[in-house]
Amino acid sequence: MLTLDKLQQIKKEHRPVLEARLREAGNVDIHEDGSIVLNGDYYKKQVRIALKNCGIINPGSIEDYISVDGYSAFANLLFNKSRADIIEDMTASNLRGRGGAGFPTGRKWAEAFKYDDDQKYMICNADEGDPGAFMDRSILENDPHCVLEGMAIGGYAVGATQGFIYVRAEYPIAVKRLKIAIEQAKELGILGKNILGTGFDFDIELRLGSGAFVCGEGTALIESIEGKRGMPRTKIHRTAHKGLWQKPTIINNVETYANVPVIFQRGVDWFRSIGTEKSPGTKVFALVGKVEKAGLVEVPMGMPLREIVYDIGGGVQNGKAFKAVQTGGPSGGCIPAELIDTPVDFESLAKIGSIMGSGGMVVMDENTCMVDIARFFLDFTVEESCGKCVPCREGTKRMLELLDKVVEGNGEEGDIERMVSLADTITSASLCGLGQTASNPVTTTIHYFRNEYEAHIKDHKCPAGSCAALLEYFITDKCIGCGKCAKACPVSCISGKLKERHVIDQEQCIKCGACMEACPPKVSAVIKR
Amino acid sequence: MANVTITIDGKNITVPSDLSILEAAKKLDIEIPALCYDPELEIVAACRLCVVEIEGSNKLQTSCSTRVKEGMNINTKSERVVKARKDVLQLLLDSHPNDCLTCQKSGECYLQKYAYDYGLKFREHNGAMRPELLDTSSPYILKDNAKCILCGKCVRTCAQVSDRKVLSFAERGYDTKIVCDADQTMEESSCVSCNRCVTVCPVGALVDKRLLGKIRSWEGTSKVVSCKSCQYGCEFEVKSKDINNVAVVARPPANGRPLCLKGRLNTELLYVDNPEEPYRKIGGKFVETSWEKALGLTEVIEKLEKLGKKYPPSK
Ligand SMILES: Cc1cc2nc3c(=O)[nH]c(=O)nc-3n(C[C@H](O)[C@H](O)[C@H](O)COP(=O)(O)O)c2cc1C
Ligand code: SF4
Ligand code: SF4
Repeated sequence: MLTLDKLQQIKKEHRPVLEARLREAGNVDIHEDGSIVLNGDYYKKQVRIALKNCGIINPGSIEDYISVDGYSAFANLLFNKSRADIIEDMTASNLRGRGGAGFPTGRKWAEAFKYDDDQKYMICNADEGDPGAFMDRSILENDPHCVLEGMAIGGYAVGATQGFIYVRAEYPIAVKRLKIAIEQAKELGILGKNILGTGFDFDIELRLGSGAFVCGEGTALIESIEGKRGMPRTKIHRTAHKGLWQKPTIINNVETYANVPVIFQRGVDWFRSIGTEKSPGTKVFALVGKVEKAGLVEVPMGMPLREIVYDIGGGVQNGKAFKAVQTGGPSGGCIPAELIDTPVDFESLAKIGSIMGSGGMVVMDENTCMVDIARFFLDFTVEESCGKCVPCREGTKRMLELLDKVVEGNGEEGDIERMVSLADTITSASLCGLGQTASNPVTTTIHYFRNEYEAHIKDHKCPAGSCAALLEYFITDKCIGCGKCAKACPVSCISGKLKERHVIDQEQCIKCGACMEACPPKVSAVIKR
Repeated sequence: MANVTITIDGKNITVPSDLSILEAAKKLDIEIPALCYDPELEIVAACRLCVVEIEGSNKLQTSCSTRVKEGMNINTKSERVVKARKDVLQLLLDSHPNDCLTCQKSGECYLQKYAYDYGLKFREHNGAMRPELLDTSSPYILKDNAKCILCGKCVRTCAQVSDRKVLSFAERGYDTKIVCDADQTMEESSCVSCNRCVTVCPVGALVDKRLLGKIRSWEGTSKVVSCKSCQYGCEFEVKSKDINNVAVVARPPANGRPLCLKGRLNTELLYVDNPEEPYRKIGGKFVETSWEKALGLTEVIEKLEKLGKKYPPSK
């Protein structure tokens, strides 16, 4: 049987092997307190808790994980802390769910802990369906054991003996590594029956998700594990009381679980010293879009957006002007350039109409049309709505039709007001978070970029020069009157005398762009506007 | 069960704490519109029409799925509530065919009723409509997905009889639809024509086909009878017009009653003056048959005839 001594033995034997390997690779700094961090500019401003082992340990080796103090928190808690005390520490740490809503994890655990039942469940939500998000995937692929340890600690605390990881089938590497990790943990005796001789049993199984975004919603995920159609449940009961198979169930996100072992290793005070008062700790973001250095970043909560985009991300690509950043994925909002000094934490983002979400962060430059961006995100939600409730199923579809109309240049007076009013109903009357947040991209872009909507509707212009239907080819006064464009135009809508400035008949123009190509590069008199 | 005192639209009432707001409101004769709610079925809170405002909560809450709590102050008709309901109904109307003139459900359709209550109309638009997917394969049930509002009541009532579970949701988003088995026609599917779904459908998406063209909801008279085929005694309505009994329709199955085709046909033969021919499903095909065969009486009648020769019935 595995004992505490044996666990320490493994660490003692294996740690030098890991350190030697890392020294050879040369991409890390090994500090005196035993912490190992990746070196390089990109990591300087980052504080890595959830990602602390990513890129450092071999995810296929449980010895590697143990060498960086893995499973020490779980083992210590089993021997040295009562379940009530663990719940208390968790509450005191104020770790907030990283899956989107930011609900305090300790409070959730306390609910299930207090509720008496013969069977309880721990679920890890690894469905990560936001387009462009890969935070959870990275943790699962690079540090699967930390998720298992987080779940085991939670299971011990609330009195659950069975865990499920609901992971996207589209993450085959994550699935494979999780399988190996669970096998290794069972073999060693970290999972299974009578763990470390304490009498505590805990097992973890994988469940593969079918790839529907809505299955990431807690109650839909439970339905899916039960073998039903993944539709959200109405919340008559709390999941912590009646969840999976009507038993007390804790659902937490991958990143949330990844934080748990570290909190118990280094203490509540240490954790609370990072981040802000109301949002302690860090958050992992997938920084993407028109940013120089895209990638995963983990920063303390409360860091201003500007530092993330410029100091870590290196600013906007190709020296273009920064226009906005979208946080929170399809359920989030667009934050305009003038609010770039907003600190990134749950409260501050909510105040300006966006959300933290699961950590998507899309940078947009001056050529991004905000109406089109809203349309892009809504298009995703319309596809992913489960179809259960009317406001989301029907309302988002109508909203998308309105946006299509505006983007195609057919917007009418009153469309903006129609969208705002519809958004209000979809937000307040939808059943689950998907519908309740679906309008955020639309309402925030209307709020911060109303002039762009108006330009599309009233002037039939796309100020960012991005909506094809609203572009106009125009010949500037640089024209030398060579007539090449007129010859190239397939519908003969360009007129002008030789050596005089030519003009495009906008009514006839089919926007093929032939004139622009035909105009001699030295002249470049044809522009899109 | 403990009692709680709550206020609904300014009126106080004391009710058991396991009641929903909708149930409590009913006790005060306050009607809250709802399309997916049915006291006999699992609560799903899908139509969102029954939303109310609760003091201290900035979200609207569905009254069918929210339990009463001591001191709750509920407003069922606030401006916000009415706007949300109107929007929800309009969204349903925008996808619904404008067919009330000839729809069999007219007069007892809940979408029609609520549209009237809230003063809403069909409106023309260029956007999407539900595709026409009329299933006429069954002689007993007409399934018109274009009229379906996806309340899911049919799915839930069908699943209450364990060996049926024929109906389910398919696809997602705006393309969501109700299908039989693996998207088969009613004829090909395992549907047993019990008509449970027809009795709960709030709109004209599932209608009793043997009623078509015979009588409209507001015409004639109707009388409730109990089926005598088995001990459950499911209820049917006998519809009469101009002193003729023209049709029999199933009433919603309550108290664990199953409803079945045989019982329906029995009742139909017993009460309807001019019953249409019955059909039986044989190998996934509906075939016209005789009443004797449909009711499994062939052998009984033969026997009775035989016995009748030997023992002439007493006067
Ligand atoms: C439409 C929708 C999709 C969601 N997808 C995810 C997801 O992919 N991963 C996740 O962890 N949480 C997701 N959530 C949030 C979960 O419902 C739930 O709040 C979360 O898993 C709880 O864990 P946490 O408290 O650790 O954040 C989603 C919510 C909604 C409404
Ligand atoms: S809000 Fe959308 S995704 Fe959520 S239950 Fe309603 S239809 Fe389904
Ligand atoms: S067919 Fe009728 S009962 Fe079934 S979901 Fe559609 S509207 Fe509801």
